[in-house]
Amino acid sequence: MATLYIDNKPYEVKAGKNLLETCLGLGLDLPYFCWHPSLGSVGACRQCAIKVFKDETDTRGRIVMACMEPVADKQRISIAHPDAVEFRANVIESLMTNHPHDCAVCDEGGSCHLQDMTVMSGHNYRRFRYNKRTFQNQDLGPFINHEMNRCITCYRCVRFYRDYAGGRDLNAFASRSNVYFGREEDGPLESEFSGNLAEICPTGVFTDKTLKEHYTRKWDLTMAPSVCQHCSLGCNTIAGERYGELRMIANRYNGEVNGYFLCDRGRFGYEFTNSDLRIRQPFISKFPVTKQQVLAEVATDIKKGKVIGIGSPRASLQSNFALKQLVGADRFFHGVSDNDHNIADLIVKILKEGPIRVASMHDVQQADAVLILGEDLTNTAPMLALAVRQAVKQQPMKKLAKANIPAWHDAAAKELLQDEKGPLFIASINTTKLDDVATATYHAAPDDIARFGFAIASCLDRSVPSVSNLPGELQSLAQRIADALSNAERPVIISGASSQTQSVIRAAANVAWALHKKNKNTGLAYTLAECNSMGLALMGGHRLNSAFDAVMNGHADTVIVMENDLYRHGKAADVDAFLNKAKKVIVFDHIVHRTVEKAHVVLPAGAFSESDGIVVNNEGRAQRYFQVYECHEPIQESWRWIVDISKFENNVGMGWEHFEGLTRTIAEAEPLLRDINRVSPPASYRIAGQKIPREPHRYSGRTAMLANINVSEPKPPVDPDSPLSYTMEGYKGLPPSSAIPFFWTPGWNSVQSVNKYQEEIGGSLKGGDPGIRLIEPNLKSTLSYFTELPEPFVPMKDHLWTVPLFHIFGSEELSVLGDAVAKRAPQHYIMINALDAAEQKLSENQELAFDVEGQLYRLPVKISTTLPKGLAGLPYGLPGLPNVELPAWLIYKK
Amino acid sequence: MFSIIQSMWLTFLHAFHKRETIQYPEEKVKLTTRWRGRIVLTRDPDMGERCVGCYLCAAACPVDCISLQATEDENGRRYPEFFRINFSRCIFCGYCEEACPTYAIQLIPDFEMAEYDRQNLVYEKKDLLIEGEGKYPGYNYYRVAGLAIGGKKKGEAINENPPVDVKSLLP
Repeated sequence: MATLYIDNKPYEVKAGKNLLETCLGLGLDLPYFCWHPSLGSVGACRQCAIKVFKDETDTRGRIVMACMEPVADKQRISIAHPDAVEFRANVIESLMTNHPHDCAVCDEGGSCHLQDMTVMSGHNYRRFRYNKRTFQNQDLGPFINHEMNRCITCYRCVRFYRDYAGGRDLNAFASRSNVYFGREEDGPLESEFSGNLAEICPTGVFTDKTLKEHYTRKWDLTMAPSVCQHCSLGCNTIAGERYGELRMIANRYNGEVNGYFLCDRGRFGYEFTNSDLRIRQPFISKFPVTKQQVLAEVATDIKKGKVIGIGSPRASLQSNFALKQLVGADRFFHGVSDNDHNIADLIVKILKEGPIRVASMHDVQQADAVLILGEDLTNTAPMLALAVRQAVKQQPMKKLAKANIPAWHDAAAKELLQDEKGPLFIASINTTKLDDVATATYHAAPDDIARFGFAIASCLDRSVPSVSNLPGELQSLAQRIADALSNAERPVIISGASSQTQSVIRAAANVAWALHKKNKNTGLAYTLAECNSMGLALMGGHRLNSAFDAVMNGHADTVIVMENDLYRHGKAADVDAFLNKAKKVIVFDHIVHRTVEKAHVVLPAGAFSESDGIVVNNEGRAQRYFQVYECHEPIQESWRWIVDISKFENNVGMGWEHFEGLTRTIAEAEPLLRDINRVSPPASYRIAGQKIPREPHRYSGRTAMLANINVSEPKPPVDPDSPLSYTMEGYKGLPPSSAIPFFWTPGWNSVQSVNKYQEEIGGSLKGGDPGIRLIEPNLKSTLSYFTELPEPFVPMKDHLWTVPLFHIFGSEELSVLGDAVAKRAPQHYIMINALDAAEQKLSENQELAFDVEGQLYRLPVKISTTLPKGLAGLPYGLPGLPNVELPAWLIYKK
Repeated sequence: MFSIIQSMWLTFLHAFHKRETIQYPEEKVKLTTRWRGRIVLTRDPDMGERCVGCYLCAAACPVDCISLQATEDENGRRYPEFFRINFSRCIFCGYCEEACPTYAIQLIPDFEMAEYDRQNLVYEKKDLLIEGEGKYPGYNYYRVAGLAIGGKKKGEAINENPPVDVKSLLP
């Protein structure tokens, strides 16, 4: 700790940080542009100038850039000194000489860091009499809009895009006041994290193109804390609504999970909620009916029939549990393929019974050696890939301390470290986007990856079964990896469900456990298939195939499918037979899919933005998403439909009415979920007797937006489930960290206001990062190493071992239904190795007919030199591509 | 006693003053140009809609009686998809006019808006948009803004240089 005098007032502050973040952390206002907590300082914009004094007798002082100056004990500085104030005013005035007269038509307006800083610095009139320079814009694809005139050349965009996210196609061009940030030519930004440019850019150069389609100012949005639904990482988001439509997803800072960033699938995948495919009313035999009619129908079906319920890995714990309670625990089935079911169970077993604490995304970022087994992170868990990119910088960063350079001093650090990278080893099926920062890679069939993992583990600990007849160079690579992991302070092993192979997951556990014997800081992280795969696995239930058997054998005749397209989890023929055999198929969902089309009764469920629920991410962190807006149509959460049905059926109900009662019931009934009560504050929670408003205090149009329907305004909807209100009235200070609907503090309208919500800059939110971890390791674990070593993969003549290939845009069911993400989704294809293609005399894009597990395909060939010989890659989950359980053998059809 | 007589005298004198009462509606009220009455949306000198849908009027409105949705034509020009003012809530404070960066929304000297049905006081864009520039002739926001729209490319606005050639190495 150090004592810092700011304008003659003493503050106790942490030594080693820079003055800018220290001032901001103390809640003081100091304007800045080029600095960002996760990018560090370069001192480029000259906006954070302050005065530093030698001692208390020094009255002249000298002007320094706060972001470039470390805190020193007994230091005296001044933010309010007239010289510093004037300096800052001059800087912003010159930055603004070329800024266009655009605010009225700029999407950044109202949440613009440049506006805030200009007001803060007191600049309000352009004295510069000469012309403004202009630029031509570029088409940067469906996600990001480009308006280059607005640039103030702070360089944050390229520093994020290139240095932080590893993108290559955005760069700075030209010189002096003509500096241009863009691509070499028009075209979509290739990075999966390009959406963050909209938040990183302090001006309106890069803005959200999907928001532009239905533009709304930040102050006009009804916002609520939400959780991303598009992969298992559970990144925290803010979802904003206007006129009954979801308009925007923004980052919601969570120091342990996503930090300041989101991937493009998470940010732009929301468009499905506004899709034409939404189910907006109940249907019986494809005819729209009223709520009462459908309740009567379903209640009779449940009374008469032998009912089973199929849950979903993309539905909340609440909805899944309500269904389980409705049909009975022994009649509740997980709606995932048996392979996914086994993998999720295995992962839960490893994490619960093993000695290793699950690594959060923050832990992965801090890791100084990383091993990835069988996972293409960029496409299955994109934000984890971004975390790994930061992890490779950790090892070289150790040199900074010796050179006496603070870690935040980005310019100096980069000069010293150049392109040095820490150890990252990737064993995957095909090349991944992370290969460019990897120390070594190994591409092989899943079983070979597992064998390789076992080999690394046995290098670390001789009691792990050793792998015989491993090629020499692989054995030495395994030894090299084992050495690198042993030398690291905080090594992390990452694997996951996407290889669809249990042995890979076991191999990762073996490596981590072997390492843990030497180093207690070892981390282990698994990715799963969907946003609540982990929650479903923790809840317990039967396999999907047993549900099929139950109907086929006549043990059940009425099926309730909840928020699940069974065609994504089972083989088409099996699902067809199952749905045809069932006397009654009742589906709850928010979007039309093939299962809905076969249903007798359809009930409109709320999408995540219209629902309250808790999902559990890959780390075992239970996180709540809040309803953003009330629907006017008969759309409601699946769990609310269930309580309505049961009330209709027996007038008693389920023993709970609202979210809180239901959550309490889950906590009592499910031993693994007993802590979910603490995830969010109770509905009765008030601050100074007030609720937390979902709308900013500048929210407009309250008395006009519905006046075309009826000039008398309706009463605002009441929210019985949360301490949030649907209005702008309520407590204006900091809400509890798990219920922050938007970031705003006086003078800070942009997302940069998050600084004021944090305990310390870049640290946890005040009151702790949101989410409750449900899985804690068993430190006295007696679990012994897995010994099931798979046989090496041997290619088979005229057959190919088909594995799923994942795509960030396309493989996820919901996001691909939005226009922007759909534009980036790949066409159908089958990928094979160049040698196999030559053997079969196949050329690129030639159509290949083949059979996998009885499912016929006819797809254009994509030839790869990196996919191992004997394998075929089938894109996972693309719309219109029939599902089949992989990996499996492909047989050529002539 | 004296004060009563004085009051009666003063009242009596008023009988000879000029009348304040006018025979409305036969006789019209004289209103100054800056009188804050009915709100209109105006057009720029090229007869394009002045409103760019920036939402500032709505944000400034103390009774929140303005709601709109911005949209864009194929050339990037912004305009309101719908623009609604609920005059049964409007207090004619004129903050919307003050907030408007494009002189689009203006209060004009007209108060004859009475309706029997309150619902009829909800004005849509077709009721608000007039075929003229209103009180501020000559101003054209898109001529000073940096955004390119149909008929105005980058660098063609007032006080703008032609677009930079980023590939040039000249100083």
